[in-house]
Amino acid sequence: MNRMILALLLSVLGTTAVTAETLETVKSRGVLNCGANGQLPGFGIPDAQGNWTGFDVDYCRAIAAAIFNDPTKVKFVPLTAKDRFTALQSGDVDVLARNTTWTSSRDTQLGLNATAVNYYDGQGFIVRKTLKVNSALELGDASVCVQQGTTTELNLADYFRSNRMRLKTVTFATLDEALKAYDSGRCDALTTDASGLYSVRLKLAKADDHVVLPEIISKEPLTPFVRHGDDQWFDIVRWVHFALLNAEELNVGRANVDEQLKSDNPEIKRLLGTEGNFGEQFGLTKDWAYRIIKHVGNYGEIFERNLGQGSLLKITRGLNALWTKGGIQYAPPIR
Amino acid sequence: MQRRAGDGAIPFFHDPKILSIVFQVLLCTAILAFAGVAVWNAIDNLARTKIASGFGFWNVTAGFDIDQTLIAYSAQSSTYGRAFWVGLLNTLLVAALGIVFATILGFLIGLGRLSHNWLLSRLAAFYVETIRNLPLLLQLLFWYNAVLKALPELRDSQVLVGGVYLSNRGLYLPKPILGQNVWFVLIAFIFGLAASVAFALLARRNRDRTGQRWPVAVVTTALIVGLPALLLVATGFPIAFEVPKMGRFNISGGIEILPEFMALLFGLAIYTAAFIAEVVRAGILAVAKGQTEAAFALGLRPSLALRLIVIPQAMRVIIPPLTNQYLNLTKNSSLAVAIGYPDFVQIFTGTVLNQTGQAVEIVLLTMAVYLAMSLFTSLAMNIYNARVALTER
Repeated sequence: MNRMILALLLSVLGTTAVTAETLETVKSRGVLNCGANGQLPGFGIPDAQGNWTGFDVDYCRAIAAAIFNDPTKVKFVPLTAKDRFTALQSGDVDVLARNTTWTSSRDTQLGLNATAVNYYDGQGFIVRKTLKVNSALELGDASVCVQQGTTTELNLADYFRSNRMRLKTVTFATLDEALKAYDSGRCDALTTDASGLYSVRLKLAKADDHVVLPEIISKEPLTPFVRHGDDQWFDIVRWVHFALLNAEELNVGRANVDEQLKSDNPEIKRLLGTEGNFGEQFGLTKDWAYRIIKHVGNYGEIFERNLGQGSLLKITRGLNALWTKGGIQYAPPIR
Repeated sequence: MQRRAGDGAIPFFHDPKILSIVFQVLLCTAILAFAGVAVWNAIDNLARTKIASGFGFWNVTAGFDIDQTLIAYSAQSSTYGRAFWVGLLNTLLVAALGIVFATILGFLIGLGRLSHNWLLSRLAAFYVETIRNLPLLLQLLFWYNAVLKALPELRDSQVLVGGVYLSNRGLYLPKPILGQNVWFVLIAFIFGLAASVAFALLARRNRDRTGQRWPVAVVTTALIVGLPALLLVATGFPIAFEVPKMGRFNISGGIEILPEFMALLFGLAIYTAAFIAEVVRAGILAVAKGQTEAAFALGLRPSLALRLIVIPQAMRVIIPPLTNQYLNLTKNSSLAVAIGYPDFVQIFTGTVLNQTGQAVEIVLLTMAVYLAMSLFTSLAMNIYNARVALTER
C-alpha cells in the first residue's frame, strides 16, 4: 500500500519537475513565457493598450517568431530585479530577457546560463543640477537611491569603498520606487545602468533639472538568461541574438528580407535558409532567421526602434555598434 | 466493547475502533509520503539545474550596504550571516517600539470610546472605524509618501530646538556623549528605581493593612527623576551633546532616525492601536456593571474604580486577543519592504536571496524566524495571562 501511494505521488509530482525539453514544452504550450522588466521604457514596458514594447521585449518576440512564426505568441511576465532569478529557476518563465547583467555567480551558483550579450552597459549616476556636482568622485557622504537585487547595489558599495568615500544607500524593491524617492529629494543621487538613466530621466518631474554624471563605474554586459541543463534551448536563445547581428551585418532587414531570399550571397542564403538546413539543427525550421527578421527586424532595427534615434531615449550605438563599425557586437557565422 | 468480545458478531472491518486506527495510519502515511516526495523532488530539481544548496553562503561576504544597522556592519567585510542579524534586529526594533506605542495609544482610545464625553467618544469611534477599515499597506504608503515627503528639503530644514533637525531625510537628534562623572547619576538612577519599587511594595502592604493611601506617584517620581537630576547638577552636568552638523549633502553626527523607520513605526502603531482599542473596550464592557456600582457604593472615585476594580478584571479578557494583535504587528512589519526600510524580509529574503539564489533555504529560515518570534511573544503573553487570570476557588 505504502509503495503504491509513493508510486502514485511520484508520477504526479514527477511531472512538475523542471523538464529539460524547454522547446517541446513551449511548442506544446503554444506560447513563450518571457520574464520581462515591465517598468523600464526602452527595454520592457507595456503601453496604455497593454502592448509590450522594448529592446528585451523584442528579443522574446524574436524567439517566438523563430518557433511559431508569430511574434505575438509571448506571455510577458513582469518581474522585479529581486524576484527575476527565482522565477526563471522555478520554471515560471522560459527565458529571462530583463536587462540582466552577466556575472560569474549568476552563471554558476544560481543555476543559470547567460546566453549572449545583447547590450553592453555600465553603471552611472544622475544628480540634481543645483548640487553643482561634476563628478561621481564628489559624492562622498551623499545619499544614493538604488534598486534592490541588482549588481548596481554591489558596484555602488565597491565604488565608494575604493574611493574612500562615505555612502548612505537607500534601497528600494523596484526602480520606480527608488526613482520616486529620488525625485522627492530623499536622495542626492540615483544610480542604475547608464541605459536605465536615459529612460529614468524621462520619468522625472523636471528632466532638465537633473544631470547624468560622466563616470561609468562598472561593466554591465546585459544578456538574456536560461536555466542550466537544456543545451538545445540555450543554443536557440543564444543564436537568435547571433542571427539578429548577422542580419544587420549582411544588411538584411525587415523591409528587404523577401527580396534577399533571391540573393546569391552564400552567407545570406545560409542565414535565410535558402541553402543548408541550419535551423533544423536547433530543432526549429529552415527559415527560422527569415521569420525573425520578417517579424521583428535585425539587431540595428531593434536598437534604433527602442533605444536609438527612433525612440525617445536617443541612445547612440557606442559599444553596441557592429564590430565592423567600431563597436564590439560580433556574431559567429552561421554555417 | 464488552459485547463484541461476548457475541463476536461484528467483523473487525466494521469495528469503529479498528477502522479509525487503520484510517489514521493511512492518512499519516500518505501525508509523510507526500512530504517526503516533495522534499526529494526539490533536492533532485536543485541538483539537476545545478543550483547551489546548503548554508555555505552564511560566511560569504555580503558586499551590499544597509542604511540602518544596530550592530557593526560593513559591505566590505561583513557576511550574509551578519546581514541576517542586522535585518532581524531592525525588525525586532520596529516591532518592539510598535507594540509599546500601539498599546499606549490603543488603551487611550479604547477608554476614550467608553467615555461619557460625547465628543471624545465620537472621535475615538471615528479613529477606530477609519483606521481599521483601510489596508495597512495603503496607510504605510500614505505615511511615507504623503506625510514624510511633505517635510522640508534637507537644505531648507530648520533647527527645531537644541540641534534637532527634521527634514525629508529623517529626524536628527543631538547625541549625548557621557562624561566620567555620569556614573554617579547612573547609580543614583538605579538606586532611585530600586527604592521606588520598595516604597511601592511598602505602600501596598500599608494600604492592605490600614486602608491608608501613601502618595506613591509623587515619591517615586522624586526618587527616579529628582535624585539623578540633583546629582547631575551637583557633578557639574557631565553630559555633552554631539550636535548634528550640516555637511555638503547630508547632516552628519548625532542620532539619525530614518524617515522609512518613522513611517513604518507610525503606520504599524496607529493601525494596530485601532484594533487594540476595540479589544480594550470589549474587555471593559465584559466586566459586570455591578462591579462598578459596588466600587462607587464603597466611595471610590471613578478613576480609582476604573484602575482598581474594572481594569484588573478586564485584563483577563483583554490579554488573549491583545496577544493576537502583537503577533499581527510583528508579522505586519514585513511590509517594510514597500517603503524601503531595511527590515529582516527586505535584507534577507530580498537582497541575500537574490544574490545567493538559494530560495529554498532562505525562505525556510525566514519562516522559522517569524515562527520563533511569534511563539516567543505568545509564550510571554501566556505567562502574563496566567498571572492575571481569575483564580477560581
